Amino acid sequence: MSNRFVSPRVAAVPPSGIRRFFDVAGTMKDAISLGVGEPDFITPYHIRNAAIESLLDGETQYTPNKGLLPLRRAIAAYLSDRFSVSYDPEKEIMVTVGASEAIDLALRVCLRPGDEVILPDPGYVSYAPCVTFAGGTPVPVATKAENEFRLTAQEVEAAITEKTRALIFPYPNNPTGAVMTREEMEKIARVAQKHDLLVIADEIYIELTYQGEILSFSSLPGMKERTVLINGFSKAFAMTGWRLGYACAPEEILYEMNKIHQYAIMCAPRQAQVAGLQALKKNLENGYEDVNTMRRSYDRRRRVMLDAFRKMGLNCFEPRGAFYCFPSVRETGLSSEEFCTRLLKEYKVVCVPGDAFGPSGAGHIRCCYATDLNRMLEAFKRMEQFIQSL
Amino acid sequence: MQSLKTQILEILSQDCRTPLERIAVMTGADLAQVAEAVEELEKDRVILQYSPIINWDRTDKERVEAMIEVRVTPQRDMGFDAIAGRIYRFEEVKSVFLMSGSYDLLVLVEARTLKELALFVSEKLSPLESVTGTSTSFVLKRYKQDGVIFVGETTDQRLAVSP
Repeated sequence: MSNRFVSPRVAAVPPSGIRRFFDVAGTMKDAISLGVGEPDFITPYHIRNAAIESLLDGETQYTPNKGLLPLRRAIAAYLSDRFSVSYDPEKEIMVTVGASEAIDLALRVCLRPGDEVILPDPGYVSYAPCVTFAGGTPVPVATKAENEFRLTAQEVEAAITEKTRALIFPYPNNPTGAVMTREEMEKIARVAQKHDLLVIADEIYIELTYQGEILSFSSLPGMKERTVLINGFSKAFAMTGWRLGYACAPEEILYEMNKIHQYAIMCAPRQAQVAGLQALKKNLENGYEDVNTMRRSYDRRRRVMLDAFRKMGLNCFEPRGAFYCFPSVRETGLSSEEFCTRLLKEYKVVCVPGDAFGPSGAGHIRCCYATDLNRMLEAFKRMEQFIQSL
Repeated sequence: MQSLKTQILEILSQDCRTPLERIAVMTGADLAQVAEAVEELEKDRVILQYSPIINWDRTDKERVEAMIEVRVTPQRDMGFDAIAGRIYRFEEVKSVFLMSGSYDLLVLVEARTLKELALFVSEKLSPLESVTGTSTSFVLKRYKQDGVIFVGETTDQRLAVSP
């Protein structure tokens, strides 16, 4: 066998808990899926067209490692316009293959063997494995339904040891839909300052904030120098398959991130970059028309889903960001895994068990409302029948 | 922030059967507020009718449609309104638009057969005093109407489960 060639560090990391579920769901043709993690819009026409034109014009070459300069300039203009943060497009911004690459780069640059990284649990499935791959130790901090799954400064501080190097700060949150308030973010900022932590702020869902202030972590006083701001085009512009993200960080950090990127990736695909440039340019001009249209549509469906779950008798806090509801299924007496498996087998509705995102997600399910309204209403009918059958 | 009425129009334009209760949930407004706004929109003739988009090609109904470009002589003091009124009162006429460009009125006409439609043009439309010329184009296939695509099927390309 060839497993002697596999590093134990990699082998020890389990595959994503979502994957297992996907294999079952994939075999059912008429199932309604609330298990997706991406927009149901397709990329706006003008953005797709920009990429097509660039291809027809023969733009098929590498771009600079950090990405096309006009794109980096547009990113700087967007961040300044939207979040009042200022980054130098030449030295502090780099374009990556999705926000995922940016997360990986940030961790690989900052972690020394044994360094600990604090991350909210439940959380996006990639964080902990990426920390491990980078030689660090993930330290999950349980967030609670009664706090609407917000991270509190006390909980962060309680998890800090001498080895803590960084905090991953992903809000609005996947899978919970939680959004932080300014007050809570300021408290966490003070903890980061006191213990000299790097903050990796994954703000991929920031445009999908429905209530409350839209606030980038890096805009808090004193935070820019210790923040890696990560964002991308997938959620705001419905561009998941393009794989286009970016990282903004102080020059010393970004320089090192770009080094790994330069050797391992070279550059993000040119057409995706051209498309991203079009997305930002047009939306800066027209007051974010694409973003606003999609946000309004998600917001309406968010309210419909929340209302439906509450009427079904599921306990659900109001998610104020991303496109997920994260209701509790404890009342049903089933574990999230049992609930999802039986719901899929018996009623053909796909939801993701909350503990796929970490142990603190147990007892919850993740449901995505970036789903056609009528399909969603049908899914609620089936879920209601399922719950009544228990 | 959009006004409640704008939100209601956006929601109804996508599905005119959306119950008021659901509109209230979607907008976060009270049911009474929504009901009042809808009533006002109807009273002000912003909402004129709640009708479905039908693909008649999938039914057994015999039906032909044509778009007729009509050139007319505008009348003193009345402009195009008087002649447009004469035309839109015919029950074969589904829509009438005043256009910029090389003709004046675009008239959408529906009839049971080609012959009926031809007769409409020759016996009803062309003889009108102010009509100076017509050009009739028949609709052969409907690909998209009011934002709805009629042909093919759009499938969700997304993975059923993704992180």
